[in-house]
Amino acid sequence: MALDGKTSDYKQIGTTPDRPDGLDKVTGRARYGADIHVPGMLHGVVVRSPHAHARIVKIDATKALALKGVKAVITRADFPEGLEGEDWDIQENCMAGEKALYDGHAVAAVAATSQLIARDAAKLVEVTYEVLPCVTNVDEAMKEGAPVIRDGAADYSVPEGLHPNVVRYFDTGRGDLDKGFAEADLVVEKSYSTEAVHQGYIEPHACMGQMGSDGRGEMWVCTQGHWFIRRMSAAVLGIETTKLRVTPSEIGGGFGGKTTVFMEPLSLALSKKAGGKPVKIVMSRSEVLRSTGPTASASMDIKMGMTKDGKITAAHGTFRMQGGAFPGAPVDVTTMLAFANYDIENVHHIGYDVITNRPRQAAYRAPGAPMAAFAVESTIDDMARELGIDPIEIRLRNAVKDGTRSTFGPKFGPVGLVESLEAAKAHANYSAPLGPNQGRGVASGYWMNWGGETSASVAISEDGSVTVSVGTPDIGGSRASMALMAAEAFGIAYEDVRVNISDTGALGVNEPTHGSRATYASGLATIKAAEECIGKLCQRAADKWGIDVDAVVWEDGAAKPSGPNAGDHDPLTIGEIAAEMGGTGGPISGHYEGSPTGFSGSFGTHVVDVEIDPETGHTTVLRYLVVQDAGKAIHPDYVEGQFQGGAAQGIGWALNEEYIYGEDGRLQNPIFLDYRIPVASDLPMIDTVIVEVPNPGHPYGVRGVGETGITPPLPALANAIRSATGLRMTGLPMTPPKILKALKEQGNG
Amino acid sequence: MSKIHVTTTVNGDEAEFLCEPRETLLDCLRDKLHMTGAKEGCGTGDCGACSVTVDGRLVCSCLMLGVEAEGKEITTIEGMAEGDTLHPLQRKFIEHAALQCGVCTPGILVASKALLEKNPDPSEEELRYWLAGNLCRCTGYDKIIRAVMDAAAEMRGEAA
Repeated sequence: MALDGKTSDYKQIGTTPDRPDGLDKVTGRARYGADIHVPGMLHGVVVRSPHAHARIVKIDATKALALKGVKAVITRADFPEGLEGEDWDIQENCMAGEKALYDGHAVAAVAATSQLIARDAAKLVEVTYEVLPCVTNVDEAMKEGAPVIRDGAADYSVPEGLHPNVVRYFDTGRGDLDKGFAEADLVVEKSYSTEAVHQGYIEPHACMGQMGSDGRGEMWVCTQGHWFIRRMSAAVLGIETTKLRVTPSEIGGGFGGKTTVFMEPLSLALSKKAGGKPVKIVMSRSEVLRSTGPTASASMDIKMGMTKDGKITAAHGTFRMQGGAFPGAPVDVTTMLAFANYDIENVHHIGYDVITNRPRQAAYRAPGAPMAAFAVESTIDDMARELGIDPIEIRLRNAVKDGTRSTFGPKFGPVGLVESLEAAKAHANYSAPLGPNQGRGVASGYWMNWGGETSASVAISEDGSVTVSVGTPDIGGSRASMALMAAEAFGIAYEDVRVNISDTGALGVNEPTHGSRATYASGLATIKAAEECIGKLCQRAADKWGIDVDAVVWEDGAAKPSGPNAGDHDPLTIGEIAAEMGGTGGPISGHYEGSPTGFSGSFGTHVVDVEIDPETGHTTVLRYLVVQDAGKAIHPDYVEGQFQGGAAQGIGWALNEEYIYGEDGRLQNPIFLDYRIPVASDLPMIDTVIVEVPNPGHPYGVRGVGETGITPPLPALANAIRSATGLRMTGLPMTPPKILKALKEQGNG
Repeated sequence: MSKIHVTTTVNGDEAEFLCEPRETLLDCLRDKLHMTGAKEGCGTGDCGACSVTVDGRLVCSCLMLGVEAEGKEITTIEGMAEGDTLHPLQRKFIEHAALQCGVCTPGILVASKALLEKNPDPSEEELRYWLAGNLCRCTGYDKIIRAVMDAAAEMRGEAA
C-alpha cells in the first residue's frame, strides 16, 4: 500500500492526457540547445587532437588570431591550476594539459564572429605533438608493458603489482563459494565481452556561455542537470558556483550522457577572454562520438553453480572495464548488480577499473548494468538448457522478492521480479509458434533507481491555477507526469497546472534527470509542496469561517467544513480562496527540499523472437516484449515509451553498435552512417506490459522506469540467437559477420 | 569572402538571405532566417532531423547548399500547421505520445507528410522503410509508426 493509503481511487494518475509541451515540439517552436541567438553572439569551435596519445609540445595560435573576426583563442594555460580529484579529471577532459589522452581530446578553442570564421581559425591553430604509444582495449591495457596513460591515477583500492592503468579495484561478496560450488550439480564458467557504445542522443551538445571580467556568468545549455553544469563549470574555471546562472534549454535526448560538462566551461572561458561577449558552441556529430559519452567496454568471466533442479548455489564474476583515460568506469555498479536478480547465498564479485586512450566514459542508461546482465543472463540461459528447465521457470526459482537479502547487501522491499516473470509467461508472445531459423530468448534486468537532491516549489495563481517549478529537465514527458501528480494532489484539472523547469537561480540544488529519479523524486517533491499549499488553503478557509483549521478538509479542489463543530459553510474552491489571497495573508505557495530515500528498484523481463539468415548471419527481430514494474504508472503512455526506448537501445547495443578503433587509436566510425543505431525498418512493434507493485516510499507508489529496460535486451538477444542456431555468442555486438563466421565454424565442427 | 544573394520561398513567403557558397541550406534556414525547427543531428544526411521539402521533394537540408535554394519552394516544420490548426500528423503525434525528447520530431513529421502525399495508404513496412532515414533514439519507433498510420487513416477519411 502506498504511503497515503491511496491505491485505486485516482482521478488523474494513470490517465494519458496530451503533454503540456507537445504543441511546441510538433511545430518546431521548442527551443533546444543550438536554437538560441542573442545579440553580439560569437561562435566557438574546439580544436581536437587527431592522436590517441600524444605529448603537446607547442600550441601556436598566431595565424588563427590574425584572421579577421577571431576574438579569442584559449588553451589549458587559460584555466586555473591546482585542481584535484574529480575536478582535475573534468578540467583535464574539457581541455588537455600536457598530453592529449584520446582521439578527439580538446587542446584549444577559438571564438569568432561567425561559425565559418571560427572553423577556419580552428584549422589555423598549429599544435605540435610528440606521438606516444597508445592502448584502447581493456585487456591489453592491463598487460605488462602496456603504455602507461597516467602514472599515479590509481587510488588506494588497487592491490600492489597491478599495471598502473588499473586505477580502482573492487572486491565484494558473501558466503562460502567453495561450499556453494561443492553443492552444485552443474558448474559453468564462461568469458564474455561487450564493446563501448554511445548514448546516441540526436541533439549534439550545445551551449551559449557569457562571462564578464568580474567572473559573473550565464549559460544556456542542453543538459539533464543544470546544477551539475554549474558546479562543474565553476570548478573548472575556479570561480564560486553562485556566480554562474544556468538555464536549461529543451533537451534532445541525454540517456546519462548530458550529466557532465565537455565544452560548456570553454564557452565561458572564451567569452571572458573576448570581453564578455556571449559564445555559442555546438558540437558536430563526429565531435559527439569522438569526445563525449560513450559507455565503458567490458571483459568478464562468470562462474555459476546450480543444483539439478535449477537453484543457484554459488556465483562468481570478474569484471574488467575501461572507461577511457580517466577513472570512472562503472565497475562499482556492475559488481553490485551483476547477480542482483537472484537469491544467492554464496556470491563474489571482483572488478577492475582500467584507463585507456579513449574518451572519458559518461553514464548511459543503467550505467554498468547491461554488461554484467549480458554475461550472467547468458550463463543462466546455458544452464537452464543443460538442465532442461524453462528459462522463465529457472528465473522464478531463484528470483528475489520482498525480504530477500540482495547480493549487494540490503534486503529488498516489495519488488516486481516474480510478477514480471509471471506476466511474461502469460503473454501470447511467449507461446507464439516459431519457424525454421527462429529462436526465442528471455532475460531479466534490474536498476536500483535513485532519489537525490531535490528542490521544488508550487505556487497558487490569483485564479486558482497552479504553477509547479521543478529542477529536473523534461526529456520524455515529465512535465505531464508532474502536472498529473499536482492535479491529483489538489483535486483540480490537469489543464490548470503549469509545470516549469526552473533555472539554477530559482530553486535549491537539484540533481539531474538521471538515475530514473525525476518522476519519483521531483514527483514526490511536487506532491509534498502541493500538500503544504493545501494546508495553507485550508487555513485561509478556516480563518474566513472562524473555525479551527482541524475542522477543515480538502476534497476535490475545495476546502470543506468537517466534523461536528465545524458549522455549516459552503465549500471554498481553490479559485475562490486564491481570488482573495492578496487580502487574506498574501501569496500561497509550498516548497519541498530533501534527498528522498524511499526510491525502490524496478525489475523487468524481456522476451524476444529472432530469425537468423543462415546465408548472411543477419538477425531479424520478429517480436519483442517488455514487461516491467512501474510501481504506479503516472502517465502510462510515457512509461511504455521508456520501456520501448530502452529496448531499442539495448537491441542496438546487442546487434549493431560499437566503437571501432584502429591500431593508431583513432575512432574509425565517428558518424551515424558507420555508427549505426537502430532505424525504423530494423525493429518490430515493441509490446509492453506494465506491472504495478507499488513503491511504499512514494505517495502514489511510483518507481523510476527509465533505465531497467536497456539491461535485458543484450542477453535476451544472445539467448534468442542461441535458441535459433545453437550458437552461444559471447562478444557484443553480434553482427552478421560474427554470426556468419560462427555458423561456418559450427558447420565445420 | 563575397556573399551571394539568394531569393527563395519558405512556407509560401518570400525570403532573402546572403550566404557564402559553402553554407548549407540548413544553416541558412536556422542562422539567417531564424527558422530553427529543422535540427542538425549529424550534418551528414544520416539522421533526417533537418528534413525539409524543396519543390515538393523531401531532402536533408544539411546536404544542400543555401545557394541552391534560389527560386525554389521550401517547406519546413514551421509551415505544417495552418494557423491554429495542426496537421493531423502533428495532432496524432501528441495523442499517441510519439515523441519523448522531441528533437527528431520536426524531421519525422516533414518526412511522414511527404510520404502520405505520395502514398496515402502505406503499409507498416513501407512506412518503416520510408522513415529509415530519420533516426529517433528515444521511442523505439513504435508510437511514431502508430501515430503516422492513425493520421493516414484519418486523412483517408477512415474511422480510427
